[in-house]
Amino acid sequence: MSTETLVQEKKEVKTEAWFSKRRKRFITDPLNEDNPITVQVLGICSALAITIKMEPTLIMSIAVVFVVVFSNLIISLIRNLIPNRVRIIVQLAVIATLVTLVSELLKAYNYEMYKVLGAFVGLIITNCIVMGRLEAFAMGNKPYDSMLDGLGSGLGYAWIILTVAFFRELFGSGSVFGFEVFKAIGIENMPNNSLMVDSIGAFMVLGIIIWIQRSKTGYVEH
Amino acid sequence: MRQSNGYILTFTAIMTIAVGGILAAANQLLMPAQKKSIELDTKTQILKAVMTINPGDDVLKLYDQRISSLVVDIKGEEVTSNAKGEKLEAEAVDVAKEYKKEYKERLFPVFRFMDENDPTKVDAYIVPVYGAGLWDKIWGFVAINNDLKTITGVSFAHKGETPGLGARISEADIQSRYVGKSMYDENDRFVSIVMKKGEIGGGGEGSIAAFSSDTNHVDGMSGATLTANGVNSMLKKYLDYYQKYFNKVK
Repeated sequence: MSTETLVQEKKEVKTEAWFSKRRKRFITDPLNEDNPITVQVLGICSALAITIKMEPTLIMSIAVVFVVVFSNLIISLIRNLIPNRVRIIVQLAVIATLVTLVSELLKAYNYEMYKVLGAFVGLIITNCIVMGRLEAFAMGNKPYDSMLDGLGSGLGYAWIILTVAFFRELFGSGSVFGFEVFKAIGIENMPNNSLMVDSIGAFMVLGIIIWIQRSKTGYVEH
Repeated sequence: MRQSNGYILTFTAIMTIAVGGILAAANQLLMPAQKKSIELDTKTQILKAVMTINPGDDVLKLYDQRISSLVVDIKGEEVTSNAKGEKLEAEAVDVAKEYKKEYKERLFPVFRFMDENDPTKVDAYIVPVYGAGLWDKIWGFVAINNDLKTITGVSFAHKGETPGLGARISEADIQSRYVGKSMYDENDRFVSIVMKKGEIGGGGEGSIAAFSSDTNHVDGMSGATLTANGVNSMLKKYLDYYQKYFNKVK
């Protein structure tokens, strides 16, 4: 026992901790100060298109987190082998493969959602967040760091679209995850706001989130 | 080295083979599960036209027990084999593909909903419908009572109608308006069922009540007249295609 703990301690001294301060920032930064949607303004298209209801949004979030984490990992693992001149094509091939796998899995095990999300799962390929992280981070960093970075960006995307979807479903359809909230708390005649079901509703909710966030962080565009 | 043309070509070749291999393997492995989900989805839609399907219901078993299907042509004659002479199954007929053919060439599946106690008695005839909405394709199934006049129920689906407007055709609120309507007028002429412009009943029970005395019309969808036009023309065309068959079994 004693020797085992000793070895572990030695390792920790040599290498960086799994969740050192520097690594934690990979995850926490994109959640707020460097958020891919609200600050970098990437991936807006899907944030508008699939956030009408919570359930498809959750599936989409999981899909994007999966794709960005694993494409970051794969690219980081082979970063020293990739010829510089075709690196974008290589990145695209990796992303497209992962996205196709997600789409095929959905088709096999959740056909209902496959029909709802339709083309939007395929369009993760063109989601700039994924390619942005590959080009900016995974090409120059170690695999584990890249995975954390991907996880951070993925979660940063996920919480924003889930928040947008929450308000859109609540006011547009009067429910959350299909559960009728207003009826449950005794408001029978709460009218649905069809503006929320439209993309305009997403713009408005997103705008309000950006406003609140920027007034808190003090971020200004130059 | 990493920049030479030879290296780039080798790298991309290996990558292509690896990626292609992974995707082909995934496709092969997932194929049975995908076929099953598609089958389940189609059968659920067919049954939804005549009954409520609750989550957890054994759709495949229900389908086997209650549905007896066949394929007919435009003349109402039963078709049992395809062009290659293979046995034709109604479930395998792709209505979307048939839609691309000239209507006289199309195959028309009929799903007969048999009585629970008497398996030789038909309770309802379920026929597929297919057409164009405002933005993209719309499709569904219409169940007709064994008097071959009255609609027992409909189930509609769509690919890209506007959420909250035209997309409402896939909701029970709209579909329930068709129940009990007739595709013939008082003089027994085929007129189909037409969705009106505007929503005078205001949705829900009100919409059903507003048209309770009019057996050939249903209340419309506010703000979705163009989708409604698509539904109307889809119903009219497809119910018309089946007239010869209906007259035969009447």
